[in-house]
Amino acid sequence: MNKHDNNDKTIFGFWVYLMTDLVMFAALFAAFAVLRNNTFGGIAIRDIFNPPFVLIETLILLTSSFSIGLTILSAQANKKTQTIFFLLTTFALGVSFLTMELIEFSHLIHDGNSFQRSAFLSSFFTLVGTHGLHITAGLVWMGILIIQVLGRGLTISTVRKLTLLTLFWHFLDIVWIFIFTIVYLFGGIL
Amino acid sequence: MLNAIMMKSCLGMIKVSKFIVFFLLFADVVILGYILIGNNNISVLNPHGLIALKERNLIIIATLFSLAAVIPVFIMTFLFAWKYRENNSKAKYDPDWDHDTKLELTWWAAPFVIILILAVITWKSTHELDPYKSINAGTKPITIQVVALQWKWLFIYPEQNIATVNFIQFPDRTPINFELTADAPMNSFWIPQLGGQMYAMAGMGSHLHLIADAPGEFAGSAAEISGRGFSGMKFVARASSQADFNAWVQSVKESQNKLGLPKYNKLAAPSENNPVALYSSVEEGLYNKIIMKFMAPSGGNMHMQGTNHQ
Amino acid sequence: MMGFIFGKLTFAALPHEWYTIGGAYSMVAMGVGVLVVLTYLKRWKWLWRQWLTSTDPKKIGMMYIIVASLMFFRGGLDAGLIWLQQALSAGGSHGFLSADHFQQIFTAHGDIMVFFVTMGFLFGLINLIVPLQIGARDLAFPFLNSLGFWLYVAGAVLINLFFVLGGNFAATGWLAQAPLSELQYSPGVGVDYWIWSLQVSGLGTLLGGINLLVTILKMRAPGMTLMKMPLFVWTSLCSMVLVISVFPILTVTMGLLFLDRFAGFHFFTTGFGGNAMMYTNLIWMWGHPEVYILILPAFGVYSEVVATFSQKRLAGYISMVCATIAITLLALSVWLHHFFTMGAGADVNAFFGMMTMVIAIPTGAQVFNWLFTMYKGRIRFFTPMRWFLGFVSTFTLGGVAGVMMAVPPIDFQVHNSLFLVAHFHTMIIGGALFGIFAGFTYWFPKVMGFRLNERLGRYAFWCWIVGFFTSFVPLYILGFMGATRRLDHYDVSTGWQPLFMVSAAGLVIIACGVALQIAQVIMSIKQRKQNLDTTGDPWNGRTLEWSTASPPPFYNFAIIPKVASRDAFWEMKFSDARASKDKHYEDIVLSKNTAMGIYVAGFVFLVGFALVWHIIWLALVGLFGAIACVIIRTFDEETEYVIPAAEVAKLEAGRNANE
Repeated sequence: MNKHDNNDKTIFGFWVYLMTDLVMFAALFAAFAVLRNNTFGGIAIRDIFNPPFVLIETLILLTSSFSIGLTILSAQANKKTQTIFFLLTTFALGVSFLTMELIEFSHLIHDGNSFQRSAFLSSFFTLVGTHGLHITAGLVWMGILIIQVLGRGLTISTVRKLTLLTLFWHFLDIVWIFIFTIVYLFGGIL
Repeated sequence: MLNAIMMKSCLGMIKVSKFIVFFLLFADVVILGYILIGNNNISVLNPHGLIALKERNLIIIATLFSLAAVIPVFIMTFLFAWKYRENNSKAKYDPDWDHDTKLELTWWAAPFVIILILAVITWKSTHELDPYKSINAGTKPITIQVVALQWKWLFIYPEQNIATVNFIQFPDRTPINFELTADAPMNSFWIPQLGGQMYAMAGMGSHLHLIADAPGEFAGSAAEISGRGFSGMKFVARASSQADFNAWVQSVKESQNKLGLPKYNKLAAPSENNPVALYSSVEEGLYNKIIMKFMAPSGGNMHMQGTNHQ
Repeated sequence: MMGFIFGKLTFAALPHEWYTIGGAYSMVAMGVGVLVVLTYLKRWKWLWRQWLTSTDPKKIGMMYIIVASLMFFRGGLDAGLIWLQQALSAGGSHGFLSADHFQQIFTAHGDIMVFFVTMGFLFGLINLIVPLQIGARDLAFPFLNSLGFWLYVAGAVLINLFFVLGGNFAATGWLAQAPLSELQYSPGVGVDYWIWSLQVSGLGTLLGGINLLVTILKMRAPGMTLMKMPLFVWTSLCSMVLVISVFPILTVTMGLLFLDRFAGFHFFTTGFGGNAMMYTNLIWMWGHPEVYILILPAFGVYSEVVATFSQKRLAGYISMVCATIAITLLALSVWLHHFFTMGAGADVNAFFGMMTMVIAIPTGAQVFNWLFTMYKGRIRFFTPMRWFLGFVSTFTLGGVAGVMMAVPPIDFQVHNSLFLVAHFHTMIIGGALFGIFAGFTYWFPKVMGFRLNERLGRYAFWCWIVGFFTSFVPLYILGFMGATRRLDHYDVSTGWQPLFMVSAAGLVIIACGVALQIAQVIMSIKQRKQNLDTTGDPWNGRTLEWSTASPPPFYNFAIIPKVASRDAFWEMKFSDARASKDKHYEDIVLSKNTAMGIYVAGFVFLVGFALVWHIIWLALVGLFGAIACVIIRTFDEETEYVIPAAEVAKLEAGRNANE
């Protein structure tokens, strides 16, 4: 029926949504830029920055972007089992990323450097945390899609949803690159 | 039949409505003119200081330029509405006319030119009337530090080591360097007859430079909502001769009140409609201490107003 | 234990002031009244099936207008209280409202009028008319449309809920400036209600923005290129571009404020490194484009109205489109003019001042194009045209005030004074509200199928114009007299009271205007049989919506029209292309009704309510409930239904026989 038209409209609409999400992140980046030195006598990025840790997080997320790319390729080649496999891989990598982030947060809080300590820490937790919340949402979405693909197979509808998820995941990866650069690298090294 | 009635009543109403509109406009202009020109109560248009004077002149210039664009608009609106009404068979009806390049260029270019002139005026006047720019009047300036509290104004004279609440006095024809901060939500310090306002914000110091051209008493107010009692947050600014000012400083120095730190902390607690208070001495560096307590974790004897315990 | 179940909610939150008791009782009474009427008329099923669960943008549009009208009365009542208090509260008298209450009233007044009245009316008009004007049957995402509407309703409930539970609203001014809105200076739940009512409805607005953008860009009738779209569609498009560009900023800003208040973050606090000036910047980066979001669709209405009632094509179409786009882009670059007095320095102030003035150029070009549409036209003075002329008379003067304030040194003397208040009311009332009235009276016959009473419309218009000038010209003068805004009390020696009283008299005249508008609608409904719009084209219109019946069938167009030029319907009328015996009907696909929008919005409402009162378990229930509903929706593959071509032919034959 109009499923092909739906594809076009839906994917375009999703791009528009991603742009609004980008504006939201931009505002959070702006807040971080303004508050990055407002440590109120507390720690700064320099004190948090753990290069190997952040590097591994970044590599995990980049690899997950790669695996979700393989997912979509498998879906377009109509290979259901392969699609599910790569989707599960992406899911596992996403969960690992999130776990590492939660570990970093809990260490900070445990040391008395929670978001309540200073404006800098407030903005750090919020920017990185919002990205983490988006990753979580993506993982929930991924779980639902795994169920739908298992149940219904690779229909026009499920492949469209996979496409949207892929866009979302890549978008989050790009935002992470910005976080990695602006928050960790600039703050930690420069 | 219905259409004919409607047409007739429209005709009648147009005639009457045109008349009403023009009469109202004329009456409005006359009344406005009378109020604005004759009335000394209109502070912004009756300046008593150099800054306010320049700002008022800008208002007049901006209005005139805007009117240059607006008056043709009004004329055309009523002219076209009148001339091209449906039952005016004398007017030419040209339903396919929808474009004229020359006209388009005119009404893009003319406002562009007006705005260009205004933009140049804006750039120059904004720099000339920058509140952070000190006034050069030949006389030695006086510094007054302003602290916006809930819901009164604290004024500290660092050079004279006195302080007041809700009242300031200064010599006329002398530049005043106001330094402003707050120990309260964002506020705005405004003496309309002397010049424009400036925000007073916690944790930072802003600046305002004003000057009075003759002795007089001027109303001052708080122009930004800062809580329940902010409408009572008024103060009086008095310009007097240098001699009168010196005498006044002397009289303040005889006051029993001294603004030490404990007294300041009590003063900073919320209160409304405070009467004028005069302090014969002030805690050393109080103004800076007020700013600094928001900038670094509190050590020392100032208790933080800003912590999250409710 | 009680703390866990009820958070901060205690019996103290129940109404105990005269106004909260009064407000709570009136709302409950109204609600009960509605329930009683529905039950008596046995219209529950009808309401649910035909309206509440509908995804038809015509129905959703009407529901927006109904809710916006209700909120208009609330906002208007607030305005009346403000006027009365300020007219009475001088010298020894302190009026009849406490300072704190007064501050809540003007805060609520501003938020309700901007978010729930103006945006509600505009989304209503856009939903009703844009699909018809572009030759479409629905928006791109019908479910999101329903969800957006119900989120708007949830926000409207939240902003009124404090009457019943909580006792106070924000007393900070409509944008809740920090640090006044921080927990330290606003410890009650008022600011939290402010945050969550606007977050929830703002989410609806954002979804609507995405929806309309995709609709206009992807679902136009064949042949309707961008440069053949009606101006109302262009301005709606540009308005939605602004919506998607800046509403995320509002979401973030309110979210950060909430984190400060709820979890002890330090974005905008005094101390701990918080930066209140950043709040000012962020909120106005949203706030200024917001006013252009409100005005652009109104400009679109004026374009339609002037062309139709001058019986002439709109002058300078390309110029109008360029001007609209220019205004859209410029709207994003002027936000600092809202706080010239915050000490940004002469270079920054001057730049933003100059950018602000530049907007006058495309706006002026639009006005001239409208005037030259009237030139050599044959003007018919029906009510919509009057509203247009009223707009030109008021908005231009407000614009002069605006250009004045764009000069920073002038702004230093009028910022936060009643001059400012008069200016923005002139723009919003004279610009946006008059545009809404023009659109309402212009498209009423199309939507309802019968015409409005012209005479009452005329009287209402004159009451509004006279009342408006009587109310707001004194405020301009008061601003120059040094009167700041938001004062609950002032000295008699200021000489302000007579002007406040004149202003209050103006309100009475405006109230007469509103009463006449209500009377107009009621009378028109009573007289509808005599004023039926049988042709679908009561004004001899030029755009596609007039090619349908009044009201249009639920599928809008039996056959999607092919468009060959601007003013598509006008060209059709004069090119004999319309009547053809062989109508080739195709299957029509429409979206089914769904209650999911209501459920999701209900859960989101719970989240907002729970976060106001710190009831964590309830917030989690709301969050997971909303997510679960969305997930369930994604499993639903059967969201559309088909009307077979034969059925369409039958429906059309039936309609044509009845004409």
